[in-house]
Amino acid sequence: MGKQKVTLRVNGVSYEREIDPRMTLGDFLRHEIGLTGTHLGCEHGVCGACTVLINGLSGRSCLAFAVQEDGSEITTVEALAENGELNILQQCFQEHHALQCGYCTPGMLMTLTELLRDNPKPSEKLVRDTLGGNLCRCTGYAAIVDAALDAAQRLAAAREA
Amino acid sequence: MKPAPFEYHRPTSLAQALDLVATLENPKILAGGQSLVAMMNFRFVQPDHLVDLARIGELSGIEEQGNVLRIGAMTRQRELEFSDLIARRLPLMHAALDHVGHRQTRNRGTIGGSLSHNDPSAELPLVALAFDASVELASRRGKRRISARDYLRGYLETALEADEILVAIEFPCWREGHGFGFHEFARRHGDFAIAGAAAMIELGAGAIVERLSITLNGVGATALRLDETEAAMIGHRLDSVLLRRAILAEVERLEPVDDVHATADYRRHLAKMLTMRAIADAAQAAGAPMARI
Ligand code: FES
Ligand code: FES
Repeated sequence: MGKQKVTLRVNGVSYEREIDPRMTLGDFLRHEIGLTGTHLGCEHGVCGACTVLINGLSGRSCLAFAVQEDGSEITTVEALAENGELNILQQCFQEHHALQCGYCTPGMLMTLTELLRDNPKPSEKLVRDTLGGNLCRCTGYAAIVDAALDAAQRLAAAREA
Repeated sequence: MKPAPFEYHRPTSLAQALDLVATLENPKILAGGQSLVAMMNFRFVQPDHLVDLARIGELSGIEEQGNVLRIGAMTRQRELEFSDLIARRLPLMHAALDHVGHRQTRNRGTIGGSLSHNDPSAELPLVALAFDASVELASRRGKRRISARDYLRGYLETALEADEILVAIEFPCWREGHGFGFHEFARRHGDFAIAGAAAMIELGAGAIVERLSITLNGVGATALRLDETEAAMIGHRLDSVLLRRAILAEVERLEPVDDVHATADYRRHLAKMLTMRAIADAAQAAGAPMARI
């Protein structure tokens, strides 16, 4: 079965590749273009570690084939830091100890990036409900929720300044 | 895990897609992929051809046609969730969507995909059944329309023939001011439900029940209606003793699965409690609060 040509824009850069249709978007990011920030945990849509933004909307990159996203704009965790500096959300994760092994972190960050963009002042309940799609086996979630709420405040302050 | 190899097709019209499913060997239709790709990764499903419907514009959108909302099969769950039209005309669907998977899966998952996968604990098949929705199926042989009840045939099974594609789902809206309630129990918000219940009610003069719909998920091979309880209550005032008796009798005869998530007994227990809560909410919203039962 033949390979297929696709062009994906990832973090603002275009990549054209010949791939097997069965290659998931997650594997495309990691193995074809070497962006290993996106983690694959379960590979069947349960853990959320593989979350990226697809045309601005969060999605599980293990549940999409790269061929489906021909022409799409993908944003991964690698796009978050600005000029080599962690962005506000990432700094909050660091300060609140919102990661231990870090395996779930890229997915958490991408899910929260979408949430804080669409709901700049989320309630704790909304943060918790939204993170329901991301599993973490280390932190117990409390620190992640704290980091998200702190980031929302700091982002608001940064916008006003 | 990784899926078995397949060939990928991306038709841009329904006619092209129908030709593909009618002529290819062992094809599978790809909608939002939120169940299918997981099953392919496990190799539970190994199609030789994947026919992706995502670029067929005519298959998505929400249209108000008088008293009916027609929803294209490829309409994303996200669009339904944020649609004012859905919130206004199909409030039960709006309430149920909050329980459909997670933000990341609703961004991609479609209503047609959910109805066609027909997981017994999924919410959208339950909503379709609750509204007595009808589905439009197309093939090269023509179009046909059947009720959601006939479409949702059994465990992960529908009435879709191998050469057919689900095109749209049509929901007859209930009267403005009808009451509705939805309750579900899952281990984690957004996970598959262990059991769930939906109720819709229209009351006439003297709080007489004119119309009632009670639907459950998670307690059968597919979503199901409590027909007997509905029939017993129509034409009467909502009497909590009568209602309770009818629900207990009907739910007791259900045969839900006994599995690692819950025993059959526990599912029956949940079904009773959630049904009563959903009806109490619906009654309250319709303006005839009843004693908690
Ligand atoms: S790797 Fe995609 S959800 Fe777990
Ligand atoms: S930090 Fe280890 S899984 Fe979340």
